Amino acid sequence: MTALNIKKGSTKHSAYNLRPSFSEEIETHTLAVLVDNEAGVLARVIGLFSGRGYNIESLTVAEVDHEGHRSRITIVTTGTPQVIEQIKAQLGRMVPVHDVHDLTVEGRSVERELALLKVEGTGDKRVEALRLADIFRAQAVDSTLTSFVFQITGTPEKVDAFADLMRPLGLVEVARTGVAALSRSVQK
Amino acid sequence: MTKAMTGAKMVVQALRDQGVEVVFGYPGGAVLPIYDEIFQQNDIRHILVRHEQGAVHAAEGYARATGKPGVVLVTSGPGATNAVTGITDALMDSIPLIVLTGQVPTFMIGSDGFQEADTVGITRPCTKHNWLVKDTHSLSATIHEAFHVATNGRPGPVLVDIPKDVQFASAEYQPKARAKTDRYQPKVKGDMDMITGLVEAIETAERPVFYTGGGVINSGPAASQLLRELVEATGIPITSTLMGLGAYPASGRNWLGMLGMHGLYEANLAMHGCDLMINVGARFDDRITGRLDAFSPRSRKAHIDVDPSSINKVVQTEFPIIGDVAHVLEDVLKVWKARGRKVNRDAIQRWWAQIEDWKKTDCLSFKPSPKTIKPQHALARLEALTKGRDRYICTEVGQHQMWAAQYLGFEDPNRWMTSGGLGTMGYGFPASIGVQIAHPDALVINVAGEASWLMNMQEMGTAVQYRLPVKQFIMNNERLGMVRQWQELLHGERYSHSWSEALPDFVKLAEAFGAKGIQCSDPADLDDAIEEMLAYDGPVIFDCLVEKHENCFPMIPSGEPHNKMLLGEASTQDAIKEGGAVLV
Repeated sequence: MTALNIKKGSTKHSAYNLRPSFSEEIETHTLAVLVDNEAGVLARVIGLFSGRGYNIESLTVAEVDHEGHRSRITIVTTGTPQVIEQIKAQLGRMVPVHDVHDLTVEGRSVERELALLKVEGTGDKRVEALRLADIFRAQAVDSTLTSFVFQITGTPEKVDAFADLMRPLGLVEVARTGVAALSRSVQK
Repeated sequence: MTKAMTGAKMVVQALRDQGVEVVFGYPGGAVLPIYDEIFQQNDIRHILVRHEQGAVHAAEGYARATGKPGVVLVTSGPGATNAVTGITDALMDSIPLIVLTGQVPTFMIGSDGFQEADTVGITRPCTKHNWLVKDTHSLSATIHEAFHVATNGRPGPVLVDIPKDVQFASAEYQPKARAKTDRYQPKVKGDMDMITGLVEAIETAERPVFYTGGGVINSGPAASQLLRELVEATGIPITSTLMGLGAYPASGRNWLGMLGMHGLYEANLAMHGCDLMINVGARFDDRITGRLDAFSPRSRKAHIDVDPSSINKVVQTEFPIIGDVAHVLEDVLKVWKARGRKVNRDAIQRWWAQIEDWKKTDCLSFKPSPKTIKPQHALARLEALTKGRDRYICTEVGQHQMWAAQYLGFEDPNRWMTSGGLGTMGYGFPASIGVQIAHPDALVINVAGEASWLMNMQEMGTAVQYRLPVKQFIMNNERLGMVRQWQELLHGERYSHSWSEALPDFVKLAEAFGAKGIQCSDPADLDDAIEEMLAYDGPVIFDCLVEKHENCFPMIPSGEPHNKMLLGEASTQDAIKEGGAVLV
């Protein structure tokens, strides 16, 4: 038998090539996961994603029901439809997880993110930054003679667009919260 | 009113309330208060192992042979980390375990104290759930919840980490009835529309096959009974994974034998050629499916599983049924009977004719040798001489494991203990100890390879101390047989580190521990030697010197589908192609 010349990453027809007949299209989904607010619960969720090779685009977590010790984790993830289903099933079977909602498929939802952007500059650039901030309804929450910190809320796309515009105007630092999302109410 | 007690006493009381009879463990600094409580009572028996990995495998053996959860008690730090392999093994094979670990006192956590390890961090991905108990008030309720989680839904190992100050402090004991179990309530009843859909498919299927797994065993004896009734009534052929052997009897007329990488020719071809595959409590593991895009290409598939994440994980199914096997099979039978007990008799008869034709290949035939003991022959003789006895079989991992699955027949569930998912060498010997503890009068045999067996050989001390007559049937080829086989098929016969040059004298080793040793190398002496092993009332190491370069067939080379099986030496040249070579 000759020495095998195996190409790196050659997993075609492999036992790990798990999705031969499924759709290969990558989708982005926003999941809302209601969990018991107990020690290690976030590590469990993150460990599931890293251990099984799932993607996390953004993740936010905070307690939403103090008396009931419930936290809400909002995860934006990407994957094939079959991977998305796996993620939901894997989350759903965890002991501290009460509910998993896929906001992307369960009707319409509202997604918002908050970002802080520090923009440094003087002269025309500074004026332009302030003008654009106004258009985007961003607020200056801190200012010096040579810098602003803007606060902006909106969809991730809106935050992206604002950050892109600020870049040539002296953007030096960005902090983003990640997405918080809720399904919209249905008109009764 | 319940009374206040120390955390250590609570642990013992909670185990008692849960009906625990046996704990497998090893003491150490961080669990001394619990060991002190164990000393002062007689309801719960403690089995002292020689290594924490052995404790976990013994508890796994106990759990699999009884259907009850196994309980492990080990200390902090190295005690917990030594248990990790066993815990992972139990997770992969869905074995219910409650592992109690000691921890440094709460005020020292995070200080890199002596024998401190982040046990809940380390075991988070290898347990079904785990808890660090920081307050004695919540200790008993946590232990009760741990039993609930381990044994409900898809069973698995759980771990409760108990700091030493929590063991010393006192609080009020919460009885089992008051424990919180509402947050984990997996669905056990299957969807009736989907079940009706499956029954309709059964009624018309021309080439149906049952593909069953460990889920049937885990669901309990009722599941096996219902499966047998359904199989007999419909006349549908049945095959099983390694984990599911015994759910349907090997002597049953519809039995095709095990399927998968080293499964039987007829079983794998039935899977490949079927038009309706009914997966009952199995999970389309890669050892079973082989190459996925060519896996059973013309079949409709049903999948019964209690774990929703098993559904459509690997293979997409037309009839996904989430529920406990026994509950679902009961409903399937009910619906099938109510609809008039219909099957496509003529077509199934033709299907059986095809299967009988495949059976003529006689894929397990081998050439016995008058000079050396063939491993297949050794197992065929072991089967012949122990058949019909109250027998439990454990195995280690490798060629001998596959031969045991092929050549031994299992008539009942809970009689076969083997590391399926994780493939843990060193599993079988401690598992056999756990089985023998559960069934003191039964014949417990661990079919082993010498390399696997040496991985946990220290447990000879346990076997001798508790006078456990476990029979260690070691098929000694002085090789890591399965590694050697893959090197032969895949790596140009370059046998890199797959043999042992300094094996012990197993007879003397047995004697050194105060057990009996038997060696056999001549096929003519084999039956007498096996009889001598069976007749001896105590632990035996049976050193069976077998053919050194025997390969295990049939074999589906990795990266190939079910219909590309290797049946013997002649067909092995260039069997594994480039794509398959990267697979394990």
